[in-house]
Amino acid sequence: MDKDNWDKDNMDKDNRDKDNMDKDNMDKDNRDKGNMDKDRKDHLGNNTFRSGLITYGLVVGLYVVMQVLMRLGAVPSLIQGMLVPLCMYVVLAVSLNLTVGILGELSLGHAGFMCVGAFASAVFSLTLVDSPMPAPVRFALAILVGALAAALFGMVVGIPVLRLRGDYLAIVTLAFGEIVKNVINVVYLGFDSGGFHISLKNSASLHLAEGGRVFINGAQGLKGTPQDSGFTAGFILVMLTLAIVLNLVHSRSGRAIMAIRDNRIAAESIGINVTKYKLMAFTISAALAGTAGALYSHNFNPLAATPKNFGYNQSIMILVFVVLGGIGNIRGSVIAALVLTLLPELLRGLSDYRMLIYAIILIVMMIFNWSPSLVAWRERYLPRNLFGGGAHDGKGA
Amino acid sequence: MSFISYFINGLSLGSVYALIALGYTMVYGIAKMLNFAHGDVIMVGCYVVFVTVINLHLPVPVGILLSILICTALGVTVERVAYKPLRGASSLAVLITAIGVSYLLQNIALLIFGANMKTFTSVVSIPPLKLAGGRLNITGEALVTVASCVVIMVGLTAFIKKSKAGQAMLAVSEDKGAAQLMGINVNGTIALTFAIGSALAAVAGILLCSTYPSLTPYTGAMPGIKAFVAAVFGGIGSIPGAFVGGLLLGVIENLSKAYISSQMADAIVFAVLIIVLLVKPTGILGRQIHEKV
Repeated sequence: MDKDNWDKDNMDKDNRDKDNMDKDNMDKDNRDKGNMDKDRKDHLGNNTFRSGLITYGLVVGLYVVMQVLMRLGAVPSLIQGMLVPLCMYVVLAVSLNLTVGILGELSLGHAGFMCVGAFASAVFSLTLVDSPMPAPVRFALAILVGALAAALFGMVVGIPVLRLRGDYLAIVTLAFGEIVKNVINVVYLGFDSGGFHISLKNSASLHLAEGGRVFINGAQGLKGTPQDSGFTAGFILVMLTLAIVLNLVHSRSGRAIMAIRDNRIAAESIGINVTKYKLMAFTISAALAGTAGALYSHNFNPLAATPKNFGYNQSIMILVFVVLGGIGNIRGSVIAALVLTLLPELLRGLSDYRMLIYAIILIVMMIFNWSPSLVAWRERYLPRNLFGGGAHDGKGA
Repeated sequence: MSFISYFINGLSLGSVYALIALGYTMVYGIAKMLNFAHGDVIMVGCYVVFVTVINLHLPVPVGILLSILICTALGVTVERVAYKPLRGASSLAVLITAIGVSYLLQNIALLIFGANMKTFTSVVSIPPLKLAGGRLNITGEALVTVASCVVIMVGLTAFIKKSKAGQAMLAVSEDKGAAQLMGINVNGTIALTFAIGSALAAVAGILLCSTYPSLTPYTGAMPGIKAFVAAVFGGIGSIPGAFVGGLLLGVIENLSKAYISSQMADAIVFAVLIIVLLVKPTGILGRQIHEKV
């Protein structure tokens, strides 16, 4: 709404500019620029502040409501069991939106980064499980370890891969995710007084000393991770993720990243270091996926890398949240992740038909949201505010 | 000798990948979309043969023909209902819709046939070929798979080079707007592409299930992804590229299964893909795209 006005203002101004072209050109240009800057600051400044507040408020509100309902005992155990996964999916969707919406690159390997974070943080916690460290501190450190490990992988993958474009980048990230899942399934990792032992054959070939423990047991995965995560931890992580992503988007770096998305060559020509900013967005996105992995690995026991939790299907599921929520729209990702994670559970009464209905809803929503003819129809016949808020103008927050 | 037999089995698997990859690559070339539901068309083709040949005891050629017909109709219908309204929308939107179609097909199959694995019986009745005094055994399935892949490849290339419809396909993939101005029926051409791709997927599915005789609603997913990789490997949009990519992928997968580690085979395939793309960012036979400023 605001945006439209602002576009119109701009256009008027452009026309006026053309009319007055020959009359004291320089002077007027400067004045206009000054006005424009002021306008933009007013519009964007208020907008971003308000829409950021709405997003945080939404999450805090939901958290408080859930806590109250849980105290009252009004929450069925099925939903209680889903609280941590819900937080996890929100973090994953918001972080993937950073890559897909803000950076504008399609990634199909987000679950791979999550897998790296999950296993790294679980191994860290297992190493320290007997130490006197209090559980919350250990868990916070584990999340940090997961984030760092995923960031490292993000950087290693990103440096060569971000040279590729579009669908090629998508397929390479997909390949990366599958490789991670596959390799984790053949790794045996043990720990004893002499440090870590690693093998690709079996647990016997680890040659652990007396009292050594096997951490990752090939395809059976990892057992006995302390169950440190919970709804509050998940909530804090969601808030942190939102803070990181929203602040990045509205910072100088964020504007550089979006400039690259909108026109790489133009961005490069005005001196933006494309590789640096692309890598920055990709790495932060990977690190946040790693924290979601840590949330996951400290919630489910035993932890094994299966196609269901870390396969390409999971990556695609997260991408569905991002696209349905609105590409580049952070609040949309939060809402879509919540609704689409709960939807199959709410449809559980329909038992066998629930995934079928989910698929149909997905297709219909996509056509309704994106079909050029339907978009035109909607703009003509429906009040703008109903579908306004710029679900897919790529500029909302 | 065992190397040769692994190699031939790899060629056979690679031929299946190549056939599926052809569908991916043609659709990508013409509609610029990644049709993630393509793998599930394979699964539908297999179930049709399963019902007609194994349950209803119809003759094998009838089953195959029915399977090809149903898959073709399915491909065209899906294009008409789900993808056509989105023409001109962002490619991500089309991708997600394709994923929705993939879920839909899988869940319909799940409802009709259940999650249990069905045992498929081979539709090939050619005896295995014994060479080198019985030390080298080539199965009838492998022979038929490789032969049909080569025949289809040659036929398809001829169709595109010689026929009017084939030329129209090339024109549409080059420039949709200009093709329309020259009087080409763009929508019809795109539908034809989907029809051919889906028919090839049915053939590939039947050959795949004859070699690896287990059938579930998710049978098509992994070969679909691998074929997608093969298409990218050879350079997406290029028909000879899909052929080369598919064969290479099958051979690499089978040889690494035999000599390195069966669990790591997929990881090795994907790692080779990454290396190829880093050296040649548009695939082996892909065209270099120059960016205009």
